Amino acid sequence: MKVKSMRLAISGLALSCFTAFSAHAAEPKELFFYNWTDYYPVDLLAKFEKETGIKVTMDGYDSNETLLAKLQAGGAAYDVIVPSQSIMQTLIKQDLLLEIDTPTLSNFQYVKGPFRDPAFDPGRKFSAPYLWGTTGFSYDSARVPGGKLDDSWKEFFEPRKELQGQLAALDTSSSVINAASHYLNVDECTENPQEAKRILELLQKQKPFLKMYSSDNTVDRMASGEVIMMQNWNGSTARATLQKNTIKYVYPREGVAMFQDNFAVPKSAPHPDNAKVFIDWMMKPENAAAVSNAIAYANGIQSDGLLDPKWKVMDAINMPEAYASRLRPEKECSNKARELQDRIWSKLKG
Amino acid sequence: MSVSSTSPSLNRALLLSPVVLTLLALIAIPLGIMGYISLLPRNTYGGVDWQAQWQLESYVQLFFQEGFDGELELNWVYAQALLRSVLQAGGTTVLCFLFGFPVALWMSSLTPRRRNLMVLLITIPFWTNLLIRNYAWLIILREQGWVAQTLNALFPSAGGITLLYNDFAVSIGLVYSFLPFMILPIYSTLEKLDWRLVEAAYDLGANRWHALRRIILPLSMPGVIAGALLVFVPSLGAFITPAILGGGKTLMIGNLIQQQFGTARNWPLGSSLSFLLLGILLLSLVLYALYSRSAAKTLNRGAKA
Amino acid sequence: MISLHLKKLPATREVSLLILAYLYLPILVLIVYSFNANRSATVWTEFSFAWYGRILANPSIQTAALNSIIVATIATVCATAIALLAALATYRPFYGQKMVEGGINLPLILPEIVTAVATLLLFMALGIKLGLMTVIVAHIGFCIPFAYLPIRARLNDLDKSLLEAANDLYANPWQVFRRVTLPLLWPAVLSGAVLAFVVSLDDFIMTFFVAGPGSTTLPVYIFSAIKAGVTPEINAISTLMLVISIVLVVLAFWLGQRGKQQ
Repeated sequence: MKVKSMRLAISGLALSCFTAFSAHAAEPKELFFYNWTDYYPVDLLAKFEKETGIKVTMDGYDSNETLLAKLQAGGAAYDVIVPSQSIMQTLIKQDLLLEIDTPTLSNFQYVKGPFRDPAFDPGRKFSAPYLWGTTGFSYDSARVPGGKLDDSWKEFFEPRKELQGQLAALDTSSSVINAASHYLNVDECTENPQEAKRILELLQKQKPFLKMYSSDNTVDRMASGEVIMMQNWNGSTARATLQKNTIKYVYPREGVAMFQDNFAVPKSAPHPDNAKVFIDWMMKPENAAAVSNAIAYANGIQSDGLLDPKWKVMDAINMPEAYASRLRPEKECSNKARELQDRIWSKLKG
Repeated sequence: MSVSSTSPSLNRALLLSPVVLTLLALIAIPLGIMGYISLLPRNTYGGVDWQAQWQLESYVQLFFQEGFDGELELNWVYAQALLRSVLQAGGTTVLCFLFGFPVALWMSSLTPRRRNLMVLLITIPFWTNLLIRNYAWLIILREQGWVAQTLNALFPSAGGITLLYNDFAVSIGLVYSFLPFMILPIYSTLEKLDWRLVEAAYDLGANRWHALRRIILPLSMPGVIAGALLVFVPSLGAFITPAILGGGKTLMIGNLIQQQFGTARNWPLGSSLSFLLLGILLLSLVLYALYSRSAAKTLNRGAKA
Repeated sequence: MISLHLKKLPATREVSLLILAYLYLPILVLIVYSFNANRSATVWTEFSFAWYGRILANPSIQTAALNSIIVATIATVCATAIALLAALATYRPFYGQKMVEGGINLPLILPEIVTAVATLLLFMALGIKLGLMTVIVAHIGFCIPFAYLPIRARLNDLDKSLLEAANDLYANPWQVFRRVTLPLLWPAVLSGAVLAFVVSLDDFIMTFFVAGPGSTTLPVYIFSAIKAGVTPEINAISTLMLVISIVLVVLAFWLGQRGKQQ
């Protein structure tokens, strides 16, 4: 009896060694995908599974900081993550990302010029472009005197009498402070306390005119007419426009914050090869377009021809070329600047 | 040999070991880590510098802050947020008690079958998500909603009553979130109440109000205290309901802590803020314990006299 | 037996019914809007079952709901068992009683974000892989005081001589526990368990931090999906969860009643 069980144990051990070895040779057909929630169409995953046989498990997060905390702690075994450009440098410098050398992937040829060699990841060693968008403001042209607002942050920070009490700002300190900095023409990552004071004063003056600060329910808030104007993302505005076609999106001329999200592979990824297959697959124009059509944000792949006509007619998704000079890519601020921002935000709300 | 013949303290130790082990692993050790973090400087990329020398900076930051003009000034922001949170939690607790006690009392007057049904009825709404419930209130209270419309039609002279994005909405939401945590503990003590005492009081000519105040309320005190604790403490850290129904214009202590671990990437300050909150809670609990002890003494003396 | 009318105080019935209405109003709104044809949870258009169909086609939301039920069930059972033992150990005064009780209630006073980050760091320090297991363990921790408090409150009022008499009557403590203590405590155990279940089912922050691949729960899903807005899809899954929970609890109640009769 004893001998038998021992033999069993040994063969079990051998078997597990064998599987461990073979696992090195070919990864199990699975992939752990950690993405912003509702930021990827579920049916596209089904298509990927069908074409490659790799089964994807998708989980969602809601902020770059959560992603950062999990990666810094280590042990969160995800294969593909979607960091914004504003934390790419942190991830790279902390040695949390695997070098995947994206230009060697076959579908890299379809990546649009401006997305090939970004400052946050020179040579695209660690990442591939996913979606990008802007944080401007939206308004309902049917409820605005004259039916049109000037394309300036002035409309938002110093609202006309008719709109006072009928507008909302996002409840995210960086978004609000970015917009205020652009309006005042100061650096978003300023380390100068005097400039921070000016930002705070502008925001304090605006606060009584705001109905609320909120980053939730942004589509409905515009579509239901709860507010006439609000600080908003372009994709969210576009979805609201589908429900109510008088909603317009503004790229303010003082500058509009631009975010760009990227695919990357953590160093601790259990299935790095599958991750590369997935990232390569996502750079195919038809797949990139499928995402944009479902999620209502533009992508960094040459796929404009495949964009759904309902988005094509909207400035919010299909940005007119003339506005390109207004885009201000979000920056990664120093600790000192972050502290100032935190102080502005606490004092504003305190 | 049966276990009962072993010493009661050994018995107790056996019964307590699971809870002690669980809490040691899930609370004490993590708290230790937190305390350690609060003494470290943060590193360039968020997180903290584990190798650095200990420092007290995050605790200084609680009370003093570098002003925009460069000199150190007293920092009222955190104290204000704390005070606001305490007032809000206190108000919520009182309201929950006022609404919850009659319900618990009524429940205990039902037949056992119906009581169990009521326990279920009270808790069922809470099997849905907190956010979803808050959003449902958003729909009910909004300007175009029928409640606000009806109110404004009834009282046109009030000049447009708004029900959302103010303290009223926040109270509705908070009381809603925590009411069962008050009702159930009170109910479980009332359910066990010796009603002969109440009967005796009636026989002695007490009216219902007297019976309630002198007999029922004091006897249900353990449940009331448990309920108050279960309502007060979580609502002190609540920030989601104030953000959604209150319009996010003010900061609660919960927001502040969240912010430090989130966008501000200042873990040490987040930790020291948590310890400040913890300290205040412990202090109020100790004060309460002292008070109830002296109250019990007076009661005993009164009973003997 | 004391006649029931003695217990009845004026207006408690009316207040209770009003409170019930208050508790169920939002639930009603939630259910109604889950049948809204529009992709909006705040603007009513027309009746439709479409969103229930969408759930069937959305594996993320299904897994999340399933995970929530698994986590809440296991965490509740474990936490209630631990809390019951602890309550039995602490109801008689002993040296250090206050300290032990304070310790048990400590998870209540800690801001959740703090325990969440700290627990994450602990798991990492121990090299534990994040997943459903870590979520369950973390949930047990904060569920304990919710289960403990009602049981402890009930033990306080129990006639202690009853327990002592039982100790003399029965041969071993297990019999005392099964025949006397547990039946006496049952309502409190039940309300403690129900509270723990509710708290676990609703938890977001802790879960968010200690969840690993494939262990997203419904609140986590909802919280991050809400940026764009509450969709009728979320209302629909909430309605379904409600129905499932009710069925489960009614079943448990029914089984309990049958067990008692035998």
